Amino acid sequence: MTNESRRENYLNVRYGVKSWLLTTDHKRIAILYLIGVTFFFAIGGIFAGLIRLELLTPPGDVFQSETYNKLFTTHGVMMIFFFMIPGIPGVLGNFLIPLMIGAKDVAFPRLNLLSWYLYIIGGLTALWAVVHGGVDTGWTFYTPYSTVYSNDWVVVTAVGIFIAGFSSILTGLNFLVTIHTMRAPGMTWMRMPLFCWGMYATGIIQILGTPVIAITLLLVAAERLFYLGIFNPAQGGDPVLFQHLFWFYSHPAVYIMILPAMAVISELVTAFSRKPIFGYKFIAASSIAIAVLSFLVWGHHMFVSGQSVYAGLVFSIISFMVAIPSAIKVFNWTATLYRGSVSYQTPLLYALGFIGLFTFGGLTGLFLAALGLDIHVHDTYFIVAHFHYIMVGGTIMGYLGGLHFWWPKISGKLYPELWSRVSAWVIFIGFNLTFFPQFILGYLGMPRRYHAYPPEFQVLNVMSTAGASILGVGYVIPLVYFIWSMRYGKDAADNPWGATGLEWQTPSPPPTENFPTTPVVTGKPYDYLTAGEKEVAVG
Amino acid sequence: MSLKKPHAPRLSAYFGVFAALMAFTTLTVWAAYQHLGVWNTPLALAIAVTKALLVALIFMHLRYSPKLTAFVVAASIFWLALLIIITVSDYLTRPWLPIYGR
Amino acid sequence: MADAAQAVAPEAPRELRHHFVDLEAQKEASALGMWIFLVTEVLFFGGMFTAYVVYRAAYRRAFEGASNLLDIRLGAFNTAVLILSSLTMALAVWAASHGRRKLIVLFLFFTILLGSTFLGVKVIEYKQKFDHHEVPGAHFVVPEGLPRQSEMFFSLYFCMTGLHALHMIIGVGLLSWLVAKARRGEFTRRYNTPVEMVGLYWHFVDIVWIFLFPLLYLLGRHTL
Repeated sequence: MTNESRRENYLNVRYGVKSWLLTTDHKRIAILYLIGVTFFFAIGGIFAGLIRLELLTPPGDVFQSETYNKLFTTHGVMMIFFFMIPGIPGVLGNFLIPLMIGAKDVAFPRLNLLSWYLYIIGGLTALWAVVHGGVDTGWTFYTPYSTVYSNDWVVVTAVGIFIAGFSSILTGLNFLVTIHTMRAPGMTWMRMPLFCWGMYATGIIQILGTPVIAITLLLVAAERLFYLGIFNPAQGGDPVLFQHLFWFYSHPAVYIMILPAMAVISELVTAFSRKPIFGYKFIAASSIAIAVLSFLVWGHHMFVSGQSVYAGLVFSIISFMVAIPSAIKVFNWTATLYRGSVSYQTPLLYALGFIGLFTFGGLTGLFLAALGLDIHVHDTYFIVAHFHYIMVGGTIMGYLGGLHFWWPKISGKLYPELWSRVSAWVIFIGFNLTFFPQFILGYLGMPRRYHAYPPEFQVLNVMSTAGASILGVGYVIPLVYFIWSMRYGKDAADNPWGATGLEWQTPSPPPTENFPTTPVVTGKPYDYLTAGEKEVAVG
Repeated sequence: MSLKKPHAPRLSAYFGVFAALMAFTTLTVWAAYQHLGVWNTPLALAIAVTKALLVALIFMHLRYSPKLTAFVVAASIFWLALLIIITVSDYLTRPWLPIYGR
Repeated sequence: MADAAQAVAPEAPRELRHHFVDLEAQKEASALGMWIFLVTEVLFFGGMFTAYVVYRAAYRRAFEGASNLLDIRLGAFNTAVLILSSLTMALAVWAASHGRRKLIVLFLFFTILLGSTFLGVKVIEYKQKFDHHEVPGAHFVVPEGLPRQSEMFFSLYFCMTGLHALHMIIGVGLLSWLVAKARRGEFTRRYNTPVEMVGLYWHFVDIVWIFLFPLLYLLGRHTL
């Protein structure tokens, strides 16, 4: 083992800051993303902590209302644009797509590095606005508040998101082209790992949706700077048009965040139940279906905006339809687990957490898609709880599960199994304690985005804040042991899980060129049949 | 991979397209001054689409490109249509709801 | 990429990046990437076209009246200039695919010239608008006999043509970069992808203008 670990790989091939900052190796860029998203996640997390601190007591006694507005805006902007959206694609997508399809790199390695720089520049620009007083519009930048009344840091934040948007577009473009043109011989579409299918669907949304938010935020900035009035009713503009353009991207963006996590879960479930995935084609197709449907439902964010009720009706019906491909995935995952030889290792714990919490978040989404009920719970903590079940319970669970699963490949080291299980449980418990009370709060009528609330809501809010503290601890534990494992962890074997997939056939960590010789794919993915079953299958 | 088809158009095709584009430009300016009722804009757009197609098919070699490229182009038009049509459908149906006193 | 170079067979062409099988695969990837980028551009402009459709339907008279204040001669001239530049660009791509070094430079040069002409005319048009207080914002004066929402038309006019002009400026920059490369003789029959890709971009910018021209300049002429 010691001999092998000294073998040249992408981590030790060259040293020095420059070799990292100018790298075009997709694996190194993935590490750069890992550092970036961890940083912005920490920022967003701190702001979340401050929000929960304020909400510990009914009166607004820690922060002024303006400060509180800035807190939740920053939390939202950082988490959505600089953690969720670049998170799984940037880290796991970059690292794994070329490995999984048997390529040496992504199609445009230099563009890939540019994506990372744009992401960091965009993030720092947005952070700059925060440091200098901050934005208080909420992450949605609704007009005319953002264009007429709020402060000028809206422009800076909008520019930051605009830049990061280009990063997202270029990443999506890179992945689409890579998957189309770089697959190894024999790697047909139907032999491709489901992770790649999920990233492909994500790429579709990134390239089709992101430009629209880019132009919308550009118009908002132009409106502030030049007093144009495109969204200002005083000048004949329509604020609802802003909402249309905003949600044309920002609803599909939800699927930019969740599809990669679903893609990860598909890999984890089959690897830890030692069974070929159930319904491969359905899972692959449902990813694409979700990507397409995601563009048809944006109006369900606007049921109370003055949008036509007839449009609302159609948006409502199509929103319900999104449940179909989502449910297909959940059923197929559970069917894969059924009668599998399931081993409850850390990645699977996260995956099971995902399946449960995503189902919960998804089903409460149906409440919100219903025209009548949405008016009752609109802009309450019900919706806050709903999307945190999807985003935190879904995306972050998927992200952490994937990070644990591929950590031996990424770092060449094993993480401590006991601590990782502890953290998975701490996160699960902390998460539910944080957000489940918010469903009740919202249903009882506590509105979101206020720093003070009536005393009768305090018990549930205290539970939520307590849960947030536990959740925070849960996130720090993996950070500590991942860093610890890089130095002190045991060396990982090439395929520590006994999983299928080309990425497990290279050394851990992989060499710069990924594969000594270009692999040739001859069979289906997820060939987890045992030797005995194989004989039966052949015979 | 699928480069069995001819790679690019003949040189004369470029000049033909150029002449057609100029002719259509003249036509669209002329048509703009005619009283066609509601048809002024549809006609102008039809001419613009024709011109855009000529540019895409010949100048941009779309005609000689893999099917995937055409698919990509079609997707962009489809999604643009989604954006415009769905947004406009909101505005079109707003007056449908009878509001008393209006 | 020192070690990467070793992985490539010794007879591999200089332009081949290490992670592709051959030049053809590399070109295919570039072309697909460029087309996908153009898709994002379609939707980028699409946001403004949506705003245009909504407001034009709402404020028909204001839009028609304000549109008639644009100089149709300059608009039509610029349309012709841009179409001609598309022709020279197509010819540059043709020259590149035949490895005709001098012709590439010549046609690229013409394209730059025509692109600059377009931008120059645009500057004249913008200046007229400033002089007539037809630029939206604090100094906007509602033109005589027009509804107040004519400001919205000019807002969209400046956003759409401004963004289009920005794309032209970027295009001219890319073309200049190509000229430098072409003069060094970097483009051959076998390798001319950059010329082709910039060509796609340039034609796309032309297509955007093909739509902007009738939508901005021509919509109210029949009411005159």
